[in-house]
Amino acid sequence: MRKLINPLLWAATPVIAMGILWSAAVLGATATDIVAYAQPSASGETAVRGETEAQRKGFAIAARSDRSDRGFKDNEVSLNMVLRNAAGEESTRALVITTLEVPDESMGDKSLILFNTPRDIEGTALLSHAKILDPDNQWLFLPSLKRVKRISSRNKSGPFVGSEFAFEDMTSVELNKYDYEFLREEICGELMCDVVARYPRYENSGYTKQVTWIDQQDFQVRKIDFYNRRDALLKTLTLEDYRNYNGFWRAHTVRMVNHQTNKSTDLVYGEYKFNVGLTDSDFVKGRLSRLR
Amino acid sequence: MGGYFNNIDRFSVWLTESAIRFRYLVVLLLVGVAVWVGSGGRHLEFANNYRVFFSQDNPELTAFEALQATYSKNDNFLFVIEPADGQVFSQSTLKAVEYLTEQAWQIPFSSRVDSVSNFQHTYATEDDLIVEDLIYERDRLTEQDLLEKSEIARSEPLLLNQLVTASGQVTAVNVTLQYPEKSLTEVPEAVAFARDLKAQLEADYPGMKVSLTGVSMLNNAFTEAGMNDASTLIPMMFLVIVVLTLVILRSVSATFTTVVIIMLSSMVGMGVAGFMGVKLTPISGSAPVVILTLAIADSIHILISLRVAMKEGMAKSEAIVEAVRLNFLPVTITSLTTIVGFLALNFSDSPPFWHLGNITAVGIFVAWLLSITLLPALMSILPYKVKKVAQAKNDASSVQDGHASEGHFSEAHYMDKLAGFVIKRAKLLLLTIGTGTAVLIAFIPTIEFNDQWVEYFDERIEFRTDSDRAMQYFGMYPVEFSVPAIGPGGVSEPEFLTKLEAFTEFLRQQPEVAHVYSISDIMKRLNKNLHEDDASYYRTPEDRELSAQCLLLYELSLPYGLDLNDRINIDKSATRVTATLHNATTAETKAFLERTDQWIKQNFPDYMQQTKPTSAQVMFTYITERNVDNMIGGTIAAIVVISLIMMFALRDLRLGLLSLVPNGLPILATFGAWALLVGEVGFSVATVASISLGIIVDDTVHFLSKYVRARNERQLTAADSIRYAFRSVGVAILVNTVILVIGFLVLTTSAFKVNADMGLLTALAIGFALILDFLFLPALLYVMDGKKQVTVSEGENYAKTH
Repeated sequence: MRKLINPLLWAATPVIAMGILWSAAVLGATATDIVAYAQPSASGETAVRGETEAQRKGFAIAARSDRSDRGFKDNEVSLNMVLRNAAGEESTRALVITTLEVPDESMGDKSLILFNTPRDIEGTALLSHAKILDPDNQWLFLPSLKRVKRISSRNKSGPFVGSEFAFEDMTSVELNKYDYEFLREEICGELMCDVVARYPRYENSGYTKQVTWIDQQDFQVRKIDFYNRRDALLKTLTLEDYRNYNGFWRAHTVRMVNHQTNKSTDLVYGEYKFNVGLTDSDFVKGRLSRLR
Repeated sequence: MGGYFNNIDRFSVWLTESAIRFRYLVVLLLVGVAVWVGSGGRHLEFANNYRVFFSQDNPELTAFEALQATYSKNDNFLFVIEPADGQVFSQSTLKAVEYLTEQAWQIPFSSRVDSVSNFQHTYATEDDLIVEDLIYERDRLTEQDLLEKSEIARSEPLLLNQLVTASGQVTAVNVTLQYPEKSLTEVPEAVAFARDLKAQLEADYPGMKVSLTGVSMLNNAFTEAGMNDASTLIPMMFLVIVVLTLVILRSVSATFTTVVIIMLSSMVGMGVAGFMGVKLTPISGSAPVVILTLAIADSIHILISLRVAMKEGMAKSEAIVEAVRLNFLPVTITSLTTIVGFLALNFSDSPPFWHLGNITAVGIFVAWLLSITLLPALMSILPYKVKKVAQAKNDASSVQDGHASEGHFSEAHYMDKLAGFVIKRAKLLLLTIGTGTAVLIAFIPTIEFNDQWVEYFDERIEFRTDSDRAMQYFGMYPVEFSVPAIGPGGVSEPEFLTKLEAFTEFLRQQPEVAHVYSISDIMKRLNKNLHEDDASYYRTPEDRELSAQCLLLYELSLPYGLDLNDRINIDKSATRVTATLHNATTAETKAFLERTDQWIKQNFPDYMQQTKPTSAQVMFTYITERNVDNMIGGTIAAIVVISLIMMFALRDLRLGLLSLVPNGLPILATFGAWALLVGEVGFSVATVASISLGIIVDDTVHFLSKYVRARNERQLTAADSIRYAFRSVGVAILVNTVILVIGFLVLTTSAFKVNADMGLLTALAIGFALILDFLFLPALLYVMDGKKQVTVSEGENYAKTH
């Protein structure tokens, strides 16, 4: 294994060297250069935020990552959520998540989560309209009551259905939820990553900061360290098995480990389906009861 | 037989002469080695987790660890806030609560904060379910709003009597912590932060009283009690010893030697513990005090003999050899019995007692070793002069026996008088003391075991005063139940929830219970919320799907730091119910547990029968019984071994067996006296028997061996033999008892009740032993042997005299 990696590293050296030169150039560049590098295109796009170079560069890297996902329109995927406690006991839930892209960066995406197993929650569905800085709008359909309940809650960092993921970790990352700061470059697996810290801009977050590793090849997030309100490392998210769907990258094995409780949650995704032909009208509360 | 004793004599003479010849080398070598081993003490740290009081295979501990692995750990801080104006729901108090709630997240290792302000209040308006902090945007709340909030809090089963009192005058903030348990600095770090918060609040809100308690404070209190003891008891003990030795030996050199020996003994004991990686507790932390008390005896015996010998005209080095020779056997035997008594502590269920036993055993062994090696070497180096007595004493035996009261004619006179009294009143004494002891023993069954861990600490420890204050308002002793359902998701079954609710109600009605935390209350509230807050739905849902979906909704609504795993296991096949008890004694807790067990048997279906109580409180409830059970075996083993040693030492089967009377009765009398005077006792009681047995046996050894010698060697009558024994060892026994009683009384000033109890019980036992050795044993010997003719046993003439 080592023998294989070493030549790879040697081969990567010029690339790394170029990367370093490039980033030095970027660091020395003016703010307008960075905006240019971030390739502004679609409407509703926010300008680069940040007061220091590191902040602007961090924002630019995050923006590039976010925009690499621009234009996926909608997708649907089934996944298994495997919960594991400190003693190693497991419990699995199967769900389907449908996501509709909202092009405006000042708005969050819309998502629909349908629970299939265990049997007693089959058909339960959660519709969420993500907001950037305000509490999300959420509606829950309870098949046993045959009613939709709007949930009004300010909790974004609460655990999502008993998992180690907070709801804010599950939903698509929205660029404007955070302030950024570029920290360093670092090898991540076989790739080179930019390490960028991001700081939540909204109230009621459980985190003081998150440190993200974004690779320089596909601009995808490979790992996130979550720091709690005491600024102590709380959880680590690793994203693996990235597959490319016509230019859109999706991780298929995602694991969150809680360092405080030693509990963990795996999300194991099936094949993604893109362009399912969903529209805004599929993401209204009235549709919730007709999903099954 | 005689050859055997000659061999021992020869060995001790050779040993002492060598020690004197190579005295500088011996001192250098022994002190060097002792200091090196003692340096292991730098590894010693105080444990700060109450679990160290339980062995790894303690069933209550195993059950509790399993519960904590399934749900979540429950190390916590509880801040109890008494506002100056007695109003929790006022702008000022709530501001303080909000501040504390916010700041508590900054306590190292905190994972969750619960208060009235961040309580997740759920309510419905039509099909909207609103989940929010009970106190949100406090600034905007009017008097009327505050009144409503107060009403909500005080009618919420999750809050009432847990975080707010029914009167609305006192509130609490609970902080849950998850320690990585990698370093001993974790708890003190968190405690320092929490204390700082408490101080800040009290400074910012004059008149507000904040008490800080909880499991983390308990754990920290073990360290603090241990430190407190180490910094008060050990210096006190040293002072006592220096004064006592100076009074008894009247020589700076002899006192210096004694102090060096006992200091090295306890250093080595602690050093070995340090190298073995023992984590100290206040119990094992008392080992130095115990070693100091016990180790002194060997040196004192030898040094008294030395003084006598020199008074008789011997040169110093000659006198040293003689003093060691005379004491070699008794000192060896008494050390051995004491070591056996302490080693028997390994039978206990509580590791701190193993440590105490083993550290003390090592210390006593080292004291013995140094007394026959370092002592001769040091005494031959140090200046030591004794005025010679012009005329040798009438009783030629005094030199040989070493313990004779030499110049103290008045003391010898008192001993003679005492002997005369015992002989004259033998039957009366037997009757009175026998009856007295029997009466005391009759009271033993009235002793009540009580192990309330808050009360392990006295008022010098802040944890105690704060907990006492907190307990006026809230429960302190949680008892946990894991209630199993059928299969994954089984907790949503209507039958299960109905039974769970009944169980919750049952617990709530028990007089010992302050608060019950159960998901049945949460389910009832959610069911009501889902039905537009219709009060008639305040009941557990009637179908499994609704319950399961309720739980899902609940999971979705939980804020940061909270998760359902605290109450429901990962596959939802069991749930945890917590009943928090008021300041209930062990007996009350036991009664409560029995009632609960009964209720479970009668009301739960088969699959819920496995519901068993567990928690620190449950562990401490059974700690005494478990230790007593285990120590019965240990004490029996100690009795057998010590009796064998006695038979060997006395060379007499009958007297060996007889010695059980003055050795056993004081311990029984002690428990009886305790039952009368104090009434309740913690788990230290289990260990007192074997410890005191090993100690009090010494006096009997000394007394009986002199008696035997007088009977066999000198062919004296029983009465004369008793007089002889009194005269030769009476004062030494008295002095020894005084030292031991004072030593163990020093232990009673410990801030840790287990130590204080152990000290007082042992001191009592030693005191009773003196009474029995002086008044009962000789009377018994006189009554048994007085009528008989002196028996000359097969030439057994203890060829000890030159």
